[in-house]
Amino acid sequence: MNNINGSISSNLRRRHRIGKIFLALIIFSTMVGLLMLTILLIDIAVEGAEWVRPELFLNYHSRKPEKAGMKSAIVGSIIVMALTGFFSFPIGVGAAIYIEEYAEKSFLTRLINININNLAGVPSIVYGMLGLVVFGRMFGVFSPDSWLVNTFNLPVGQGALGGMEFNLLGIKWLLIKLPFGRSILAGALTMTLLILPVVIISSREAIRAVPNSIRLAAYALGATKWQTISKQVLPVSMPGILTGIILALSRAIGETAPLIIMGAFTYVPFLPESVWDQFTVMPIQIYNWITLPQAEYRNHLAAAGIIILLAVLLSFNAVAVFLRKKLEIKW
Amino acid sequence: MINKLKINKLKEKLISRILFFCGVFSILITIGIIISLFSEAISFFLRPEVSIIKFFTGTNWRPLSSKVSSDNFGVLPLILGTMLIGIISAIISVPLGLGSAIFLSEYASEKTRDIIKPLIEILAGIPSVVYGYFALSFINPIIQTVFEDWFGLDVNFFNALSASMVLAIMIIPTVTSISEDAIRAVPGSLREGALSLGATKFEVITKVVLPAALSGIIAAFILAISRAVGETMAVTIAAGATPRMTFNPLNSVQTMTSFIVQVSFGDAPTGSVNGQSIFAVGATLFMITLLMNIASDFILNRYREEYE
Repeated sequence: MNNINGSISSNLRRRHRIGKIFLALIIFSTMVGLLMLTILLIDIAVEGAEWVRPELFLNYHSRKPEKAGMKSAIVGSIIVMALTGFFSFPIGVGAAIYIEEYAEKSFLTRLINININNLAGVPSIVYGMLGLVVFGRMFGVFSPDSWLVNTFNLPVGQGALGGMEFNLLGIKWLLIKLPFGRSILAGALTMTLLILPVVIISSREAIRAVPNSIRLAAYALGATKWQTISKQVLPVSMPGILTGIILALSRAIGETAPLIIMGAFTYVPFLPESVWDQFTVMPIQIYNWITLPQAEYRNHLAAAGIIILLAVLLSFNAVAVFLRKKLEIKW
Repeated sequence: MINKLKINKLKEKLISRILFFCGVFSILITIGIIISLFSEAISFFLRPEVSIIKFFTGTNWRPLSSKVSSDNFGVLPLILGTMLIGIISAIISVPLGLGSAIFLSEYASEKTRDIIKPLIEILAGIPSVVYGYFALSFINPIIQTVFEDWFGLDVNFFNALSASMVLAIMIIPTVTSISEDAIRAVPGSLREGALSLGATKFEVITKVVLPAALSGIIAAFILAISRAVGETMAVTIAAGATPRMTFNPLNSVQTMTSFIVQVSFGDAPTGSVNGQSIFAVGATLFMITLLMNIASDFILNRYREEYE
């Protein structure tokens, strides 16, 4: 009897010991990610902190590392992000309103839902190729030998790419260039397509969080559907919508591949004057420095650039968290 | 009065049309992706110097060689390089992500979870170019010390292993959040039943919770590979640009995405063999990730154990 008890309790002790080892293992695996995050941040700070200096903001890339900066990349990133937000806000929120408030249960609605989820999983580099063909080249319809040019006798440029330039409605500053080529506009539109699925998904959640009683109350007072949405639903869901867009933009600001494919440049020694100008963005400049052979670029300037990039990212996220915490209405 | 109502009605109709267009716009994006990738890919395959059969079966990828021949356009080395990195990073990230998911959902208090979860999420928000830098400046020297100095193995400066390791770190949050959802979906009554039969917490988790959450974990594994396959900058920086048929992670390899970046930097003219080859590779990449995402969705929905 004693013997059996002993073997049970020793067996139980063994089983508990296995449990403890297991707990140690999963705590370890939780810590690995956090440890790596810490090492990454320390590594970058150690390599780059001393190189974060005025020249980084005031100068263009230079062949002398001590003079090199990323002025055009910082400005480029800001403009591209501003335009991307400007384009993706109306379309993304519009789509979210349609799906949440207007769409009926139909095959089309199901298709839209499945499609948005699938788009969110498409690799970003594919969006770069989409942007290159649709915005950058416009399927080549403005090249000298395309069917469009030949049918309508369009006055296109003589080079292999062709292309048109004209002032919309004859207004001087409304210059239009077709195709968009490797311009800021093409880059921002590419980024818009990239973040649109995320913007739609987060806006939908914000709109869905508004309780139905609000809508019913508005209807009861005689408001039309659009009045209900624009005056009641949208204002209260706006903090959630904005949070989603800011988080999507903070993703986009670190995206490199789509813009490289689309045709952003690595060396831009001037600031853009219009949306038709060439551009570069921070992550491309950082990538460019990483690939240079000298240690000053490869290790230090790249790390300094990363510090700026992460600082921007962090402030975007801080704004988003602030919006969510302070302005969001709890029902 | 009546006039105003009429105008209002018209306005409502117009707005609902505009919103409808916004709603279907996402479908236009998908159509745009398919048309732009496949139209260029098809014109690539229609070239006399390229053969679609050799593209999918050939083991040599030398698109930049001076001799343009179908023997030089076999995409298998790129697919192999991509899958090598994808699978290694999934093998590293799935146990880590699953481990943290178990810890967060079964052991950690609400308070600990609220602190640790957002910290883990940060890993997914760091741009991939930063991970590329981290691979070269921190991971690579370690790999070189361990495998070259300790084990005497040949290590290329750019290698698949360092790229896989940073990708693994990057993917951890994805794996964690999907596995956590799956684990949380297992009803508490199952745990309590097992506990009341005398099982230890470890036994409850490994014998009851994890089997019940298995579909979610497999889905997370597939999605992890799919994420790694689509990643670009970290592999472009860390894995090198040598398309080759190898299973050795210490070699430099080229992935589909890093080939596309390489050609884009090289300024291949529109309509040239190289300019079009990136679309053939891009279309292949798109199909592979699409199939994986669908498979992971399918497993998640179809094989979920329903308890309620």
